[in-house]
Amino acid sequence: MTNALEIQDLHKTYKNGVQALRGIHLEVKQGDFFALLGPNGAGKSTAIGIISSLVNKSSGKVKIFGHDLDHELEKAKSFIGLVPQEFNFNQFEPTVEIVVNQAGYYGINRKVAYQRAEKYLKQLGLWEKRFVIGRELSGGMKRRLMIARALVHEPRMLILDEPTAGVDIEIRRSMWKFLKEINEQGTTIILTTHYLEEAETLCKNIAIISDGIVIENTGMQALLSKLHVETFVLNTEESLQDKLQGWGNDSSSECKVKQVDDITFEVEISRKYSFNNLFIELDKRNINISSLRSKSNRLEELFVHLIEEGSL
Amino acid sequence: MNINQQFIAFKTIVTKEILRFARIWLQTIVPPVITTGLYFVIFGQLIGSQLSNIAGYSYMDYIVPGIILMAIINNSYANVVASFYMSKFSHFIEEMLVSPMPNYLILSGYVIGGVARGLTVGLVVAIVSTFFSDINVHSYFILFAVVILTAILFSLGGFINAIYANSFDDISIIPTFVLIPLTYLGGIFYSIDMLPAFWQTVSLVNPILYMVNAMRYGMLGVSDIELTTAFSIIILFVVVLFSFCLYLLNSGKGIRS
Repeated sequence: MTNALEIQDLHKTYKNGVQALRGIHLEVKQGDFFALLGPNGAGKSTAIGIISSLVNKSSGKVKIFGHDLDHELEKAKSFIGLVPQEFNFNQFEPTVEIVVNQAGYYGINRKVAYQRAEKYLKQLGLWEKRFVIGRELSGGMKRRLMIARALVHEPRMLILDEPTAGVDIEIRRSMWKFLKEINEQGTTIILTTHYLEEAETLCKNIAIISDGIVIENTGMQALLSKLHVETFVLNTEESLQDKLQGWGNDSSSECKVKQVDDITFEVEISRKYSFNNLFIELDKRNINISSLRSKSNRLEELFVHLIEEGSL
Repeated sequence: MNINQQFIAFKTIVTKEILRFARIWLQTIVPPVITTGLYFVIFGQLIGSQLSNIAGYSYMDYIVPGIILMAIINNSYANVVASFYMSKFSHFIEEMLVSPMPNYLILSGYVIGGVARGLTVGLVVAIVSTFFSDINVHSYFILFAVVILTAILFSLGGFINAIYANSFDDISIIPTFVLIPLTYLGGIFYSIDMLPAFWQTVSLVNPILYMVNAMRYGMLGVSDIELTTAFSIIILFVVVLFSFCLYLLNSGKGIRS
């Protein structure tokens, strides 16, 4: 089966000399939910800009469902729906007009355009706001409007550049649910986000870009399985006093313990270390745990490790 | 995109452009009508009544074609430069750039939007002129041809200005320092026969002179310039500017990084 997206040796150097992309290779399969991660300035938005033809590439090849951007630009563009990072709609136009006009640019007649606008605005909870002009919508509504606009021509591939930035948790989760549904219906999704929990929850495959190159490109589960250690924060019911003494101080230990305050301590556990041993040790030391949580998202730990050290 | 889809896309831009200037009619339609109305009163009636006839027409009748054309020129230009620059500034030009719409359709859509505003204002100014002058149109064909070609030409000019503009100042510099002087020196208020020989020759490099005179021929049947020369120059400018605009769009100048 043809890949939804194929990128070969993609380079981009801006006029001011900044090398945003230094030869990236990527493949995204049809139906995939793909995360494109990286720190600010890594080149994610440049890559997305080139794929959606908003940025001119310096060299390299990009194919959308087998159609080369250099030779079949219009065909390739017809497969893509783009939700950019910045709000890029006319703030003085009513919501429904923004969506319907976008359909018009794809050659969809007005009647069908209104039907689709109604469908997607309803699914994204914006139908009641259809006559409200763009600038009067809240930040979350504007983001959802851009998703509805990107879907109105029913693209085979949806590209979302930080779609949930600045959106409250309730709306974010409803957007996740919506995106999962359209992915299950067959739409390939490429997502960039700084909420790594979002990428971990939604995406099947992942690429991490740093300084213009892809430093990791694998399955989400395969990547998470590379995590060697995980840190947990534990709270006790009563004061720890000296109950942690002599536990996990050894640097070679598979379970390292660090006291944070009188009732809180952190345990860094190696993948080889059994959780059962942790509970046995807690029991032995007569420590009653009131709560336990992961110190950071698993993907976040990997991400930081990859960006800082370049490998796992 | 097939022909039907292209037509829908084109219609979408044109409708959007017409609605844009129609929504803000108080800023787009009314001011030029007031300005040109003042021209009719001050230059045509007050000063013109003290002047002798030109080419057999009263001064008022002589300046009416040029004033109507001036309104068309300014408004075609202003519509496209403002609309396209805003879409660039606010990034909603990206809505069109990500779509499979060919660049010539984007350009044509904006140009027809500019033509629509130019003709709307021109029509209203023409209606106002009937309160001051009693002109019979000499040739409707020539009148419509010159009006439409001029509106297209200055819409293309506005498009080029918008592509190169990096700030709101940049969209007012060309109209202020180039367009208005060329318009005023384009024979709207006088015949170039009234100028010394040297300035007559200099005037011939001003493209607006050819448009004003072709317009005057369409309305009055008199012109300082040979009609075929005037139309050849206007058409040549339209072809060159359209090709240049298309080249700019294809290269991504000012709209793609």
